[in-house]
Amino acid sequence: MSLYSFGLEPLSCHAWNKDRTQIAVSPNSSVVIIYEKKGNEWAKIHELTEHSGRITGIDWAPDSNRIVTCASDRNAYVWTLKDKVWKPTLVLVRINRAATFVKWSPLENKFALGSGARLISVCYFEKENDWWLSKHIKKSIRSTVMCLDWHPNNILLAAGSSDFHCRIFSAYIKEIEDKPGPTAWGAKMPFGEMLLETKDCGGWVHSVSFSPSGDHLAWVAHNSSISVADATQGKEMTQLTTDRLPLVSVLYVSPTEMVAAGHDCCPFQFSYKGPGSLKFVKKLDIPKQTSRGSMSAMQHFRNLDKKATDDESNELGCLHQNSITQLCIVSGTKAHVDKYSSVGLDGTPVTFNMAPS
Amino acid sequence: MAKNTLSSRFRKLDIDEFDENKFVDDHDEAVDNQGPDGAEIDNLIRQGDMMTAFHIALRNPPVITKNPAIKERALAIVLRVLTSFKSSDIEPAVKSLDRSGVDLLMKYIYRGFEKPSDNSSAILLQWHEKAFAVGGLGSIVRVLTARKTV
Repeated sequence: MSLYSFGLEPLSCHAWNKDRTQIAVSPNSSVVIIYEKKGNEWAKIHELTEHSGRITGIDWAPDSNRIVTCASDRNAYVWTLKDKVWKPTLVLVRINRAATFVKWSPLENKFALGSGARLISVCYFEKENDWWLSKHIKKSIRSTVMCLDWHPNNILLAAGSSDFHCRIFSAYIKEIEDKPGPTAWGAKMPFGEMLLETKDCGGWVHSVSFSPSGDHLAWVAHNSSISVADATQGKEMTQLTTDRLPLVSVLYVSPTEMVAAGHDCCPFQFSYKGPGSLKFVKKLDIPKQTSRGSMSAMQHFRNLDKKATDDESNELGCLHQNSITQLCIVSGTKAHVDKYSSVGLDGTPVTFNMAPS
Repeated sequence: MAKNTLSSRFRKLDIDEFDENKFVDDHDEAVDNQGPDGAEIDNLIRQGDMMTAFHIALRNPPVITKNPAIKERALAIVLRVLTSFKSSDIEPAVKSLDRSGVDLLMKYIYRGFEKPSDNSSAILLQWHEKAFAVGGLGSIVRVLTARKTV
Protein backbone atom coordinates (compact mmCIF):
# COMPACT_ATOMS: atom_id res chain seq x y z
CA MET A 1 0.00 0.00 0.00
CA SER A 2 1.31 3.43 -0.78
CA LEU A 3 -0.19 6.83 -0.49
CA TYR A 4 0.77 10.35 -1.45
CA SER A 5 -1.10 13.45 -0.46
CA PHE A 6 -1.98 15.93 -3.20
CA GLY A 7 -3.21 18.56 -0.79
CA LEU A 8 -6.30 19.13 1.27
CA GLU A 9 -8.89 19.37 -1.49
CA PRO A 10 -11.12 16.36 -2.02
CA LEU A 11 -10.36 14.50 -5.24
CA SER A 12 -13.51 14.08 -7.29
CA CYS A 13 -12.08 11.61 -9.78
CA HIS A 14 -8.82 10.20 -11.10
CA ALA A 15 -7.40 8.27 -14.04
CA TRP A 16 -4.05 6.62 -14.77
CA ASN A 17 -2.12 6.61 -18.01
CA LYS A 18 -1.07 3.35 -19.67
CA ASP A 19 2.16 2.65 -17.78
CA ARG A 20 0.87 4.18 -14.54
CA THR A 21 3.60 6.81 -14.39
CA GLN A 22 1.11 9.63 -14.66
CA ILE A 23 -2.14 10.30 -12.86
CA ALA A 24 -4.81 12.83 -13.80
CA VAL A 25 -6.83 14.13 -10.86
CA SER A 26 -9.33 16.86 -10.27
CA PRO A 27 -9.24 18.60 -6.89
CA ASN A 28 -12.99 19.32 -6.75
CA SER A 29 -12.64 22.25 -9.18
CA SER A 30 -12.82 22.95 -12.90
CA VAL A 31 -9.22 21.96 -13.61
CA VAL A 32 -7.55 18.62 -14.17
CA ILE A 33 -3.99 18.29 -12.93
CA ILE A 34 -1.65 15.65 -14.30
CA TYR A 35 1.15 14.50 -12.03
CA GLU A 36 4.14 12.43 -13.07
CA LYS A 37 5.97 10.05 -10.81
CA LYS A 38 9.53 11.13 -10.19
CA GLY A 39 11.18 8.69 -7.84
CA ASN A 40 9.05 8.62 -4.72
CA GLU A 41 7.45 11.98 -5.37
CA TRP A 42 4.79 13.16 -7.75
CA ALA A 43 5.50 16.32 -9.77
CA LYS A 44 2.82 18.39 -11.48
CA ILE A 45 3.44 18.44 -15.22
CA HIS A 46 0.21 19.60 -16.83
CA GLU A 47 -2.88 21.55 -15.96
CA LEU A 48 -5.96 21.15 -18.15
CA THR A 49 -8.15 24.22 -17.86
CA GLU A 50 -10.97 24.36 -20.35
CA HIS A 51 -14.01 23.53 -18.29
CA SER A 52 -15.99 26.21 -16.53
CA GLY A 53 -17.75 23.90 -14.12
CA ARG A 54 -16.64 21.36 -11.55
CA ILE A 55 -15.12 18.29 -13.19
CA THR A 56 -17.19 15.20 -12.47
CA GLY A 57 -15.43 12.55 -14.54
CA ILE A 58 -12.02 11.80 -16.07
CA ASP A 59 -11.06 8.76 -18.12
CA TRP A 60 -7.71 8.09 -19.76
CA ALA A 61 -7.68 5.72 -22.73
CA PRO A 62 -4.48 3.69 -22.31
CA ASP A 63 -3.76 2.72 -25.93
CA SER A 64 -4.81 5.82 -27.83
CA ASN A 65 -3.55 8.09 -25.03
CA ARG A 66 -6.58 10.36 -25.04
CA ILE A 67 -8.21 11.84 -21.98
CA VAL A 68 -11.93 12.56 -21.83
CA THR A 69 -13.24 14.88 -19.15
CA CYS A 70 -16.77 15.90 -18.28
CA ALA A 71 -18.01 18.57 -15.95
CA SER A 72 -21.07 20.21 -14.48
CA ASP A 73 -20.90 22.82 -17.24
CA ARG A 74 -22.74 20.32 -19.51
CA ASN A 75 -19.64 19.83 -21.69
CA ALA A 76 -17.16 17.09 -22.40
CA TYR A 77 -13.72 17.51 -23.93
CA VAL A 78 -11.42 14.95 -25.50
CA TRP A 79 -7.78 15.85 -24.93
CA THR A 80 -4.94 14.69 -27.19
CA LEU A 81 -1.25 15.17 -26.53
CA LYS A 82 0.40 17.26 -29.27
CA ASP A 83 3.98 18.44 -28.83
CA LYS A 84 3.87 17.73 -25.11
CA VAL A 85 0.77 19.89 -24.66
CA TRP A 86 -2.74 18.57 -24.11
CA LYS A 87 -5.14 20.07 -26.65
CA PRO A 88 -8.89 19.93 -26.00
CA THR A 89 -11.58 19.12 -28.55
CA LEU A 90 -15.15 19.93 -27.66
CA VAL A 91 -17.63 17.06 -27.93
CA LEU A 92 -21.23 17.93 -28.81
CA VAL A 93 -23.00 15.92 -26.16
CA ARG A 94 -26.23 17.92 -26.40
CA ILE A 95 -27.26 17.70 -22.77
CA ASN A 96 -29.04 20.40 -20.83
CA ARG A 97 -27.91 19.33 -17.38
CA ALA A 98 -24.55 18.56 -15.80
CA ALA A 99 -22.54 15.55 -16.89
CA THR A 100 -21.90 13.11 -14.08
CA PHE A 101 -19.71 10.29 -15.36
CA VAL A 102 -17.63 9.39 -18.41
CA LYS A 103 -15.95 6.16 -19.54
CA TRP A 104 -14.05 5.07 -22.64
CA SER A 105 -15.22 1.84 -24.21
CA PRO A 106 -12.80 -1.13 -24.10
CA LEU A 107 -11.71 -0.58 -27.73
CA GLU A 108 -11.51 3.20 -27.18
CA ASN A 109 -13.48 4.03 -30.31
CA LYS A 110 -16.32 5.65 -28.36
CA PHE A 111 -17.16 6.78 -24.87
CA ALA A 112 -20.31 6.98 -22.78
CA LEU A 113 -21.34 10.00 -20.75
CA GLY A 114 -23.94 9.97 -18.00
CA SER A 115 -25.78 13.15 -17.12
CA GLY A 116 -28.38 14.75 -14.93
CA ALA A 117 -30.52 15.23 -18.05
CA ARG A 118 -31.77 11.65 -17.52
CA LEU A 119 -29.93 10.34 -20.54
CA ILE A 120 -26.70 8.68 -21.59
CA SER A 121 -24.75 10.23 -24.44
CA VAL A 122 -22.65 7.75 -26.45
CA CYS A 123 -20.05 9.70 -28.42
CA TYR A 124 -17.93 8.59 -31.35
CA PHE A 125 -15.58 10.33 -33.77
CA GLU A 126 -16.85 10.96 -37.28
CA LYS A 127 -13.91 11.12 -39.68
CA GLU A 128 -15.61 12.90 -42.61
CA ASN A 129 -16.42 16.03 -40.64
CA ASP A 130 -13.59 15.62 -38.15
CA TRP A 131 -15.77 16.00 -35.06
CA TRP A 132 -17.27 14.03 -32.23
CA LEU A 133 -20.93 13.10 -32.54
CA SER A 134 -23.28 11.77 -29.93
CA LYS A 135 -26.32 9.54 -29.75
CA HIS A 136 -28.69 9.58 -26.81
CA ILE A 137 -30.10 6.72 -24.79
CA LYS A 138 -33.18 7.93 -22.91
CA LYS A 139 -35.51 4.96 -22.67
CA SER A 140 -36.87 4.34 -19.17
CA ILE A 141 -34.31 6.48 -17.37
CA ARG A 142 -36.22 8.70 -14.97
CA SER A 143 -33.49 10.41 -13.03
CA THR A 144 -29.79 11.29 -13.07
CA VAL A 145 -27.43 8.66 -14.46
CA MET A 146 -24.79 8.26 -11.77
CA CYS A 147 -22.38 5.64 -13.06
CA LEU A 148 -21.52 3.61 -16.16
CA ASP A 149 -19.52 0.53 -17.05
CA TRP A 150 -18.81 -1.09 -20.41
CA HIS A 151 -19.19 -4.79 -21.13
CA PRO A 152 -16.00 -6.39 -22.54
CA ASN A 153 -17.73 -6.79 -25.93
CA ASN A 154 -17.60 -3.00 -26.43
CA ILE A 155 -21.35 -2.87 -27.12
CA LEU A 156 -23.27 -3.28 -23.89
CA LEU A 157 -23.30 -0.50 -21.33
CA ALA A 158 -24.49 -0.75 -17.74
CA ALA A 159 -25.89 2.37 -16.10
CA GLY A 160 -26.83 3.02 -12.50
CA SER A 161 -29.20 5.83 -11.84
CA SER A 162 -30.68 7.78 -8.95
CA ASP A 163 -34.14 6.47 -9.88
CA PHE A 164 -33.11 3.39 -7.84
CA HIS A 165 -32.63 1.16 -10.90
CA CYS A 166 -29.67 -0.35 -12.68
CA ARG A 167 -29.99 -0.99 -16.41
CA ILE A 168 -28.04 -2.50 -19.28
CA PHE A 169 -28.36 -0.83 -22.68
CA SER A 170 -26.93 -1.55 -26.06
CA ALA A 171 -24.62 1.20 -27.29
CA TYR A 172 -24.08 -0.35 -30.71
CA ILE A 173 -23.13 2.35 -33.23
CA LYS A 174 -23.46 0.92 -36.71
CA GLU A 175 -21.32 3.64 -38.30
CA ILE A 176 -18.17 2.56 -36.56
CA GLU A 177 -18.46 -1.08 -35.69
CA ASP A 178 -19.72 -4.48 -36.82
CA LYS A 179 -22.82 -6.16 -35.59
CA PRO A 180 -22.17 -7.87 -32.27
CA GLY A 181 -22.78 -11.53 -31.60
CA PRO A 182 -25.31 -12.59 -28.96
CA THR A 183 -24.31 -12.52 -25.30
CA ALA A 184 -25.81 -14.00 -22.17
CA TRP A 185 -27.79 -10.77 -21.69
CA GLY A 186 -29.63 -10.98 -25.00
CA ALA A 187 -29.28 -11.40 -28.75
CA LYS A 188 -30.98 -8.40 -30.33
CA MET A 189 -28.95 -5.28 -29.67
CA PRO A 190 -30.04 -2.24 -31.69
CA PHE A 191 -28.85 1.06 -30.29
CA GLY A 192 -30.64 2.06 -27.11
CA GLU A 193 -32.23 -1.35 -26.53
CA MET A 194 -32.61 -2.10 -22.82
CA LEU A 195 -31.53 -5.64 -21.97
CA LEU A 196 -31.91 -5.49 -18.22
CA GLU A 197 -33.78 -3.33 -15.76
CA THR A 198 -33.46 -4.25 -12.12
CA LYS A 199 -36.30 -3.84 -9.68
CA ASP A 200 -36.17 -1.05 -7.10
CA CYS A 201 -32.72 -1.36 -5.53
CA GLY A 202 -33.66 0.51 -2.38
CA GLY A 203 -31.35 3.47 -2.97
CA TRP A 204 -29.44 5.49 -5.56
CA VAL A 205 -27.12 3.26 -7.54
CA HIS A 206 -23.69 4.74 -6.98
CA SER A 207 -21.48 2.44 -9.01
CA VAL A 208 -21.72 -0.51 -11.40
CA SER A 209 -19.14 -3.01 -12.58
CA PHE A 210 -19.28 -5.87 -15.08
CA SER A 211 -17.40 -9.03 -14.19
CA PRO A 212 -14.34 -9.87 -16.35
CA SER A 213 -16.43 -12.17 -18.58
CA GLY A 214 -19.33 -9.74 -18.69
CA ASP A 215 -21.82 -12.31 -17.45
CA HIS A 216 -22.31 -10.79 -14.02
CA LEU A 217 -23.09 -7.22 -13.12
CA ALA A 218 -22.39 -5.86 -9.65
CA TRP A 219 -23.66 -2.58 -8.25
CA VAL A 220 -23.73 -0.74 -4.95
CA ALA A 221 -26.67 1.32 -3.77
CA HIS A 222 -27.15 3.99 -1.17
CA ASN A 223 -29.07 1.71 1.17
CA SER A 224 -25.76 0.14 2.19
CA SER A 225 -26.17 -2.83 -0.09
CA ILE A 226 -24.24 -4.57 -2.82
CA SER A 227 -26.03 -6.63 -5.46
CA VAL A 228 -25.16 -8.87 -8.39
CA ALA A 229 -27.23 -9.77 -11.44
CA ASP A 230 -26.32 -13.05 -13.10
CA ALA A 231 -27.00 -13.40 -16.83
CA THR A 232 -26.19 -17.10 -16.82
CA GLN A 233 -28.93 -17.78 -14.25
CA GLY A 234 -31.78 -16.02 -15.94
CA LYS A 235 -30.69 -12.53 -14.86
CA GLU A 236 -31.35 -13.42 -11.24
CA MET A 237 -30.41 -10.75 -8.75
CA THR A 238 -28.84 -11.30 -5.35
CA GLN A 239 -28.62 -8.49 -2.84
CA LEU A 240 -26.52 -8.31 0.31
CA THR A 241 -27.34 -5.59 2.83
CA THR A 242 -24.39 -4.57 4.99
CA ASP A 243 -24.34 -3.11 8.47
CA ARG A 244 -22.02 -0.30 7.48
CA LEU A 245 -22.29 3.10 5.84
CA PRO A 246 -23.16 3.11 2.12
CA LEU A 247 -20.62 1.95 -0.44
CA VAL A 248 -19.97 4.32 -3.30
CA SER A 249 -17.65 2.50 -5.68
CA VAL A 250 -17.36 -1.13 -6.74
CA LEU A 251 -14.76 -2.90 -8.87
CA TYR A 252 -14.41 -6.51 -9.98
CA VAL A 253 -10.89 -7.81 -9.23
CA SER A 254 -11.31 -11.42 -10.31
CA PRO A 255 -14.11 -13.52 -11.81
CA THR A 256 -15.68 -13.98 -8.38
CA GLU A 257 -14.24 -11.32 -6.10
CA MET A 258 -15.04 -7.64 -5.99
CA VAL A 259 -13.77 -4.70 -3.97
CA ALA A 260 -16.13 -1.97 -2.83
CA ALA A 261 -15.46 1.21 -0.86
CA GLY A 262 -17.43 4.18 0.32
CA HIS A 263 -18.27 6.25 3.33
CA ASP A 264 -16.57 3.87 5.73
CA CYS A 265 -13.25 5.14 4.33
CA CYS A 266 -11.78 1.75 3.62
CA PRO A 267 -12.21 -0.93 0.93
CA PHE A 268 -14.02 -4.22 1.57
CA GLN A 269 -13.89 -7.44 -0.35
CA PHE A 270 -17.02 -9.32 -1.40
CA SER A 271 -17.40 -12.61 -3.17
CA TYR A 272 -20.12 -13.85 -5.52
CA LYS A 273 -20.19 -17.51 -6.44
CA GLY A 274 -23.73 -18.01 -7.64
CA PRO A 275 -27.32 -16.89 -7.01
CA GLY A 276 -27.93 -16.41 -3.32
CA SER A 277 -24.25 -16.65 -2.51
CA LEU A 278 -23.02 -13.06 -2.20
CA LYS A 279 -20.81 -12.79 0.84
CA PHE A 280 -18.66 -10.29 2.66
CA VAL A 281 -15.09 -11.57 2.78
CA LYS A 282 -12.96 -9.11 4.69
CA LYS A 283 -11.92 -5.53 5.30
CA LEU A 284 -8.96 -4.72 3.09
CA ASP A 285 -7.26 -1.96 5.06
CA ILE A 286 -5.14 -3.00 8.00
CA PRO A 287 -5.56 -0.34 10.66
CA LYS A 288 -2.41 1.32 11.84
CA GLN A 289 -1.32 -0.02 15.19
CA THR A 290 -0.80 3.26 16.98
CA SER A 291 1.25 2.76 20.08
CA ARG A 292 -0.70 4.08 23.01
CA GLY A 293 1.73 5.53 25.46
CA SER A 294 0.99 4.68 29.04
CA MET A 295 -1.19 7.27 30.65
CA SER A 296 -1.35 7.98 34.32
CA ALA A 297 -4.70 7.52 36.05
CA MET A 298 -4.78 11.27 36.68
CA GLN A 299 -4.39 12.02 32.94
CA HIS A 300 -6.95 9.41 32.06
CA PHE A 301 -9.61 11.02 34.21
CA ARG A 302 -8.57 14.53 33.21
CA ASN A 303 -9.13 13.58 29.56
CA LEU A 304 -12.47 12.07 30.37
CA ASP A 305 -13.46 15.28 32.08
CA LYS A 306 -12.24 17.65 29.38
CA LYS A 307 -12.92 15.75 26.20
CA ALA A 308 -15.38 13.04 27.28
CA THR A 309 -12.99 10.44 25.89
CA ASP A 310 -9.61 9.06 26.80
CA ASP A 311 -8.70 8.41 23.18
CA GLU A 312 -5.84 10.76 22.32
CA SER A 313 -5.71 10.08 18.59
CA ASN A 314 -7.79 12.11 16.16
CA GLU A 315 -7.24 9.83 13.18
CA LEU A 316 -9.41 7.09 11.75
CA GLY A 317 -7.77 3.71 12.00
CA CYS A 318 -7.31 3.35 8.26
CA LEU A 319 -5.30 4.90 5.43
CA HIS A 320 -8.03 7.18 4.17
CA GLN A 321 -9.27 9.83 6.57
CA ASN A 322 -12.47 10.56 4.71
CA SER A 323 -14.93 8.86 2.37
CA ILE A 324 -13.57 7.10 -0.70
CA THR A 325 -15.21 8.31 -3.92
CA GLN A 326 -13.65 6.21 -6.68
CA LEU A 327 -11.73 2.97 -7.19
CA CYS A 328 -9.58 2.30 -10.24
CA ILE A 329 -7.48 -0.65 -11.44
CA VAL A 330 -3.75 0.12 -11.39
CA SER A 331 -2.14 -3.10 -12.47
CA GLY A 332 -3.54 -6.30 -13.83
CA THR A 333 -6.73 -6.82 -15.77
CA LYS A 334 -10.26 -7.08 -14.43
CA ALA A 335 -9.81 -10.83 -14.37
CA HIS A 336 -6.80 -10.59 -12.10
CA VAL A 337 -6.14 -7.27 -10.42
CA ASP A 338 -2.83 -6.88 -8.60
CA LYS A 339 -3.15 -3.29 -7.52
CA TYR A 340 -6.00 -0.83 -7.35
CA SER A 341 -6.13 2.81 -6.33
CA SER A 342 -8.69 4.80 -4.40
CA VAL A 343 -9.28 8.52 -4.10
CA GLY A 344 -11.53 10.28 -1.70
CA LEU A 345 -12.52 13.41 0.08
CA ASP A 346 -9.20 13.59 1.95
CA GLY A 347 -7.15 14.41 -1.17
CA THR A 348 -4.87 11.39 -0.87
CA PRO A 349 -4.84 8.65 -3.51
CA VAL A 350 -3.89 5.31 -2.02
CA THR A 351 -2.69 2.31 -3.97
CA PHE A 352 -3.63 -1.04 -2.46
CA ASN A 353 -2.05 -4.37 -3.29
CA MET A 354 -4.51 -7.16 -3.83
CA ALA A 355 -3.31 -9.96 -1.61
CA PRO A 356 -3.43 -13.35 -3.30
CA SER A 357 -6.43 -15.09 -1.80
CA MET B 1 -43.19 48.26 8.45
CA ALA B 2 -44.65 48.25 4.96
CA LYS B 3 -47.59 45.95 4.36
CA ASN B 4 -47.47 43.60 1.37
CA THR B 5 -50.59 44.46 -0.60
CA LEU B 6 -49.78 42.25 -3.59
CA SER B 7 -51.69 38.99 -3.95
CA SER B 8 -50.01 35.95 -2.43
CA ARG B 9 -52.42 33.40 -3.86
CA PHE B 10 -49.57 31.97 -5.90
CA ARG B 11 -48.06 30.66 -2.68
CA LYS B 12 -50.90 28.17 -2.32
CA LEU B 13 -50.09 26.60 -5.69
CA ASP B 14 -48.03 23.38 -5.58
CA ILE B 15 -45.83 23.84 -8.63
CA ASP B 16 -44.43 20.30 -8.41
CA GLU B 17 -47.83 18.85 -9.33
CA PHE B 18 -47.54 20.49 -12.75
CA ASP B 19 -44.02 19.25 -13.44
CA GLU B 20 -44.34 16.75 -16.29
CA ASN B 21 -41.01 15.15 -15.38
CA LYS B 22 -42.03 14.60 -11.81
CA PHE B 23 -40.65 11.35 -10.44
CA VAL B 24 -43.32 8.90 -9.35
CA ASP B 25 -42.42 5.71 -7.54
CA ASP B 26 -42.94 2.42 -9.31
CA HIS B 27 -46.53 1.43 -8.84
CA ASP B 28 -46.44 -1.90 -7.08
CA GLU B 29 -49.41 -4.03 -8.01
CA ALA B 30 -48.99 -6.47 -5.16
CA VAL B 31 -51.81 -6.53 -2.63
CA ASP B 32 -50.43 -4.96 0.48
CA ASN B 33 -50.37 -6.32 3.98
CA GLN B 34 -52.85 -4.86 6.43
CA GLY B 35 -50.66 -4.78 9.47
CA PRO B 36 -50.74 -7.03 12.52
CA ASP B 37 -53.96 -8.15 14.14
CA GLY B 38 -54.67 -5.97 17.17
CA ALA B 39 -56.95 -8.41 18.99
CA GLU B 40 -54.50 -11.27 18.72
CA ILE B 41 -51.68 -9.09 20.06
CA ASP B 42 -53.84 -7.92 22.98
CA ASN B 43 -54.50 -11.52 23.95
CA LEU B 44 -50.86 -12.42 23.89
CA ILE B 45 -49.82 -9.39 25.93
CA ARG B 46 -52.43 -10.27 28.55
CA GLN B 47 -51.10 -13.80 28.69
CA GLY B 48 -47.59 -12.41 29.07
CA ASP B 49 -46.24 -14.09 25.92
CA MET B 50 -44.22 -11.11 24.77
CA MET B 51 -41.98 -12.94 22.32
CA THR B 52 -44.86 -14.25 20.19
CA ALA B 53 -46.63 -10.90 20.38
CA PHE B 54 -43.41 -9.30 19.18
CA HIS B 55 -43.05 -11.62 16.20
CA ILE B 56 -46.68 -11.27 15.17
CA ALA B 57 -46.50 -7.50 15.49
CA LEU B 58 -43.63 -7.44 13.01
CA ARG B 59 -45.43 -9.60 10.48
CA ASN B 60 -47.34 -8.07 7.54
CA PRO B 61 -45.96 -4.56 7.71
CA PRO B 62 -48.08 -2.14 5.64
CA VAL B 63 -45.15 -0.86 3.58
CA ILE B 64 -46.74 -0.54 0.15
CA THR B 65 -50.01 1.17 0.95
CA LYS B 66 -50.16 4.95 1.04
CA ASN B 67 -53.14 4.93 3.37
CA PRO B 68 -52.05 6.70 6.56
CA ALA B 69 -54.83 5.13 8.66
CA ILE B 70 -53.51 1.61 8.10
CA LYS B 71 -49.98 2.69 8.87
CA GLU B 72 -50.99 4.53 12.05
CA ARG B 73 -52.90 1.49 13.27
CA ALA B 74 -49.97 -0.83 12.64
CA LEU B 75 -47.58 1.60 14.29
CA ALA B 76 -49.76 1.88 17.39
CA ILE B 77 -49.91 -1.89 17.77
CA VAL B 78 -46.17 -2.33 17.37
CA LEU B 79 -45.41 0.46 19.83
CA ARG B 80 -47.75 -1.07 22.38
CA VAL B 81 -45.81 -4.30 22.15
CA LEU B 82 -42.42 -2.58 22.31
CA THR B 83 -43.32 -0.48 25.34
CA SER B 84 -44.71 -3.49 27.23
CA PHE B 85 -41.38 -5.29 27.09
CA LYS B 86 -39.16 -5.63 30.14
CA SER B 87 -35.67 -4.20 29.65
CA SER B 88 -34.00 -7.53 30.17
CA ASP B 89 -36.12 -9.21 27.49
CA ILE B 90 -35.21 -6.77 24.74
CA GLU B 91 -31.88 -8.28 23.78
CA PRO B 92 -33.09 -11.87 23.22
CA ALA B 93 -36.04 -10.52 21.24
CA VAL B 94 -33.75 -8.58 18.90
CA LYS B 95 -31.41 -11.57 18.55
CA SER B 96 -34.32 -13.72 17.38
CA LEU B 97 -34.86 -11.57 14.31
CA ASP B 98 -33.24 -12.00 10.91
CA ARG B 99 -31.59 -9.21 8.89
CA SER B 100 -34.76 -7.85 7.32
CA GLY B 101 -36.55 -8.14 10.67
CA VAL B 102 -33.95 -5.92 12.30
CA ASP B 103 -34.34 -3.38 9.47
CA LEU B 104 -38.11 -3.40 9.96
CA LEU B 105 -37.76 -3.02 13.74
CA MET B 106 -35.45 -0.03 13.20
CA LYS B 107 -38.09 1.56 10.94
CA TYR B 108 -40.73 1.21 13.64
CA ILE B 109 -38.35 2.54 16.32
CA TYR B 110 -37.69 5.72 14.36
CA ARG B 111 -41.40 6.14 13.67
CA GLY B 112 -41.95 5.77 17.39
CA PHE B 113 -39.38 8.50 18.06
CA GLU B 114 -41.40 10.90 15.93
CA LYS B 115 -44.22 11.19 18.46
CA PRO B 116 -42.85 10.66 21.95
CA SER B 117 -45.34 9.89 24.69
CA ASP B 118 -44.77 9.77 28.47
CA ASN B 119 -41.95 7.33 28.71
CA SER B 120 -41.91 5.70 25.29
CA SER B 121 -38.64 7.38 24.37
CA ALA B 122 -36.74 5.70 27.19
CA ILE B 123 -37.77 2.19 26.24
CA LEU B 124 -37.39 2.97 22.52
CA LEU B 125 -33.83 4.11 23.15
CA GLN B 126 -33.09 0.77 24.75
CA TRP B 127 -34.61 -0.98 21.76
CA HIS B 128 -32.53 1.23 19.50
CA GLU B 129 -29.32 0.36 21.31
CA LYS B 130 -29.92 -3.37 20.97
CA ALA B 131 -31.08 -3.17 17.37
CA PHE B 132 -28.07 -1.03 16.47
CA ALA B 133 -25.73 -3.60 17.97
CA VAL B 134 -27.11 -6.18 15.54
CA GLY B 135 -27.98 -4.07 12.51
CA GLY B 136 -25.22 -1.49 12.60
CA LEU B 137 -25.19 1.79 10.73
CA GLY B 138 -26.51 0.01 7.65
CA SER B 139 -29.90 -0.59 9.26
CA ILE B 140 -30.22 3.10 10.12
CA VAL B 141 -29.19 4.10 6.57
CA ARG B 142 -31.93 1.81 5.27
CA VAL B 143 -34.50 3.60 7.46
CA LEU B 144 -33.45 6.84 5.81
CA THR B 145 -33.36 5.61 2.22
CA ALA B 146 -36.40 3.35 2.16
CA ARG B 147 -39.17 4.47 -0.17
CA LYS B 148 -41.51 1.88 1.29
CA THR B 149 -41.94 3.16 4.84
CA VAL B 150 -44.02 1.77 7.66
